[in-house]
Amino acid sequence: MTDSTLIIAALVIPLVGALLIALTGANRNLRDGLMVISAVLVFLTVLAILPIVNAGGRPELFLFDIMPGLALAFEIEPLGMIFGLVASGLWVVTSVYGIGYMRGAHEKNQTRFFACFSIAIFAALGVAFAENMFTLFIFYEVLSLSTYPLVAHKGNEEAKRGARIYLGLLLGTSIGLMLPAILVTWFLTGTLDFVPGGILQDDVSRGIGAVLLILYMFGIGKAALMPFHRWLPAAMVAPTPVSALLHAVAVVKAGVFTVLKVSVYLFGLDYLQSLWSSDLIMWVAAFTLLSASIVALQKTNLKARLAYSTISQLSYIVLGAMLANELAIIGGGLHIVMHAFGKITLFFCAGAIYVAAHKSEIPQMDGLGRKMPITFFAFLLGALSVIGAPPLGGFWSKWNLMLGAVEAHHAIMIVVLLVSTLLNVAYLLPPVIRAFLLSPPKDDQHHDSHHDHSATSLRRFGLAEAPLFCLVPLVFTAIGTVVLFFEWVPIRGLIETIFTGVAS
Amino acid sequence: MIFSEQLPILVVVVPMFIAPLLALVSSSGRLPWLIATATSAVTFAIAIGLVSQVMATGTIYYELGNWPVPFGIGLAIGPFSALMVLIVSGASLAALVAGAQSMDAEVGPSHQSLLYSCWLLAMTGLIGIAVTGDAFNIFVFMEISSLASYVMVANGPNRKSLTASFNYLVTGTMGATFYLIGVGYLYMMTGTLNIADMADRLADVSDTLPVLIAGGFLVLGLALKAALFPMHAWMPNAYQFAPTPVAIFFAACSTKVALFVMLRFEFVVLLPNLGEQAYFLSSLLIPLCVAAFLVGSAVAMFERDLKRMLGYSSVAQIGYIVLAISLASSAGVTAAVLHFFNHALIKSALFVAVAGIVLRFGTANLDQLAGLGRRMPLTMLGFVLAGLSLIGVPLTAGFISKWYLIQAVLEESGLGILLTILILTSSLMAVVYIWKVVEVAYFKTPAVGKLEDIKRHEAPLPLLITLWLLVAANIWFGIDPDFALSLANMEATDLFGGNP
Repeated sequence: MTDSTLIIAALVIPLVGALLIALTGANRNLRDGLMVISAVLVFLTVLAILPIVNAGGRPELFLFDIMPGLALAFEIEPLGMIFGLVASGLWVVTSVYGIGYMRGAHEKNQTRFFACFSIAIFAALGVAFAENMFTLFIFYEVLSLSTYPLVAHKGNEEAKRGARIYLGLLLGTSIGLMLPAILVTWFLTGTLDFVPGGILQDDVSRGIGAVLLILYMFGIGKAALMPFHRWLPAAMVAPTPVSALLHAVAVVKAGVFTVLKVSVYLFGLDYLQSLWSSDLIMWVAAFTLLSASIVALQKTNLKARLAYSTISQLSYIVLGAMLANELAIIGGGLHIVMHAFGKITLFFCAGAIYVAAHKSEIPQMDGLGRKMPITFFAFLLGALSVIGAPPLGGFWSKWNLMLGAVEAHHAIMIVVLLVSTLLNVAYLLPPVIRAFLLSPPKDDQHHDSHHDHSATSLRRFGLAEAPLFCLVPLVFTAIGTVVLFFEWVPIRGLIETIFTGVAS
Repeated sequence: MIFSEQLPILVVVVPMFIAPLLALVSSSGRLPWLIATATSAVTFAIAIGLVSQVMATGTIYYELGNWPVPFGIGLAIGPFSALMVLIVSGASLAALVAGAQSMDAEVGPSHQSLLYSCWLLAMTGLIGIAVTGDAFNIFVFMEISSLASYVMVANGPNRKSLTASFNYLVTGTMGATFYLIGVGYLYMMTGTLNIADMADRLADVSDTLPVLIAGGFLVLGLALKAALFPMHAWMPNAYQFAPTPVAIFFAACSTKVALFVMLRFEFVVLLPNLGEQAYFLSSLLIPLCVAAFLVGSAVAMFERDLKRMLGYSSVAQIGYIVLAISLASSAGVTAAVLHFFNHALIKSALFVAVAGIVLRFGTANLDQLAGLGRRMPLTMLGFVLAGLSLIGVPLTAGFISKWYLIQAVLEESGLGILLTILILTSSLMAVVYIWKVVEVAYFKTPAVGKLEDIKRHEAPLPLLITLWLLVAANIWFGIDPDFALSLANMEATDLFGGNP
């Protein structure tokens, strides 16, 4: 297959998948089977593109001009490759998990749910492969719109309110801030292409550039810089697979991915570094990172805690982009991968606990580790990876970010990162400690008899784990965090080709 | 005498002569509807012919009875006029095809043939305004269309349609009178009624007081007709209480025709001859436009009746168009013409969907529409897609409009950024009022019974087909806007002599 057919296939398969899911809704085994098949196919397609990009190639696909000079076009560069791989790879895992969760939790409207899920992946891949800011913006909006029904899925007052905040903030920031920035960019430079080294430096004065940067960074609401972070906790009313894939991987990573893209390919690192507002955004990111961690400490609902943790982790990447040097960008790119694996594991665990034991508050989980040891061990690995402890993948992204901070002469940021690491420890480890070391609350036996449907073959060992459909994916991603510690060099090599052209 | 050369006059004459015949037909049965629809279809076909001629050869000039202009009456069909004719006849066709059942339900059999007769007269008037090159002729056609429109609005199912129609009549008559006074002043100064001729002769007397007064009356009169803020009060009323098919037709084109005349007068006649005052005109209109789209969108956010909500949304959209016109730049004209076309597509799609909703629910009040998404999934999906186009989401026609409008606005140094932010604020308000409908339709539980129990009961097939054709057009012209864009650029080139 040629490059462009691969790109077309990667984008079309999820769409066809969505259609098939909608059509076969009546037969749920067939529907779910089709979903997994399409997920695997997409992943294989994206994987087939990897060698080309690794060899320094930039597969392209030009669809058509919408307006003169404004094309709907795709071009895969290293960052997009990584984001595409992460999104499509974790989609496979999540679709398996989603089947287990949605059936286990007896959710309604599963067909609508899975169909929108597929469209969201289509949009995420469109964002990853976009050749210019215009194409990226289109898919960014498709992503916001297609995930709205997922967030509002339960349809009760709380879900509706959460979804309203979600859509309002994401559309509001993108139309109110990012679109003007894009329009001004187009007006001043006459192009929106992603060009290594940036397109702004020749045509845009530093004063206007600085304002543009502010508009872009706050306009990319999916990166959840404070004060536009409220949508993330609001969206946690969604079923857990949504939170897992969309709010640990696709949606939030589309945000920080856009931040990196804009920094590297629209502004260019040198120009970015010379703007006064890059320091400002850096401090905003530092503030977000710390204050979100502090808020997370106070949350007793597990998913809410993870949501604030995500806000904090996203700011690492924004911070990396604002440091504007190669090491920091590598750190940011790595963090997209590392955080995705760590956080999706944590969300999977939260969902598994909900399905198996119907618990979502941390104090209720005391002693639960004895019944669900696999889940909580996976949680531990995910937590350690997010914290950044070796030997887990999260270590390398923090390492590179800190090196980047030194090189940019912002050593103070190392302190920020270290304090944040301590806070991570303080809010992510207690749930595990409580689950393993504290004794269960008294009424627990009573609860247990009601949940026979969660029975698996593991039950005969005195365990009460979630169904295998839930359990296998979370074990898989937990192992992934370990593997990534040892296998991070190829990823770094891939990101480095942004600056060198060919993989080392 | 070749047939294709006669298209400019046929497009007016065909509906005009069939209208009185229609009044003679018996009112019961499908016949009146059939005749009106067939006439609209023929007119639409002629309009397509005109557009292709204009695209191939540029502006068409036609002299009635071979009397040379300025002694006889001349028709001048430029790119914009051709597009306007296309919009009017297309909207009429769409509204009739989609609205047959609604008409039965809302008007009843007793005076349908008279209503359709008025419909064709209104169409004649609107098309006549677009094609004629004569200022007084415009007034005549304006009165034809307005008088017919008053009757059509008054036929609504609710008694309140009578007061709505009366308000419309008073405002419309004032507008027409002001317009006539303006034309009178210009005639006094130039001795001609042909617009092109008028522009030439005005050069000798430019920047004099009577011309200035004429300009004031013209703009005011046309603004009344076009429902520019703060002269918009009649419009949401008329939309709400008119029979729904009539609302489809009017929402797509009727106020636009007044804007069309405004654009022609402003650029061809007034701007070159007002001297210093031309700037004053713009600075007077721009704040009004900004107020129009901010207030229009804000009120729409709080309306509970869908038709009224869309009426206020139109107030906002008219604000965008007049803003583009009053920028008085080539990019501005392009943006205005483009939005004429795109907004017609958007609003007609939305109103067609509303017609379906009213037909099945008997009301357009949001409080009673719970379960809409389950009962009419296809209709509602069409509404949502057209709504996205109204908001200006990429890959829809509405996005192209906004893009060009903002590019035009950004050319104004200083004001540009502020206006951009205001326009986008108004777009965000559009998100709010469209989403209000989405929430009710998909997520609100009905007062009686459960959401799951609602049976599917779609709108009739012709309505659905029309709706989805319009929605498809919204998406098609959002991906490939070349058709409207090339006409808009031609018009801008005609008016400014070269588009950079």
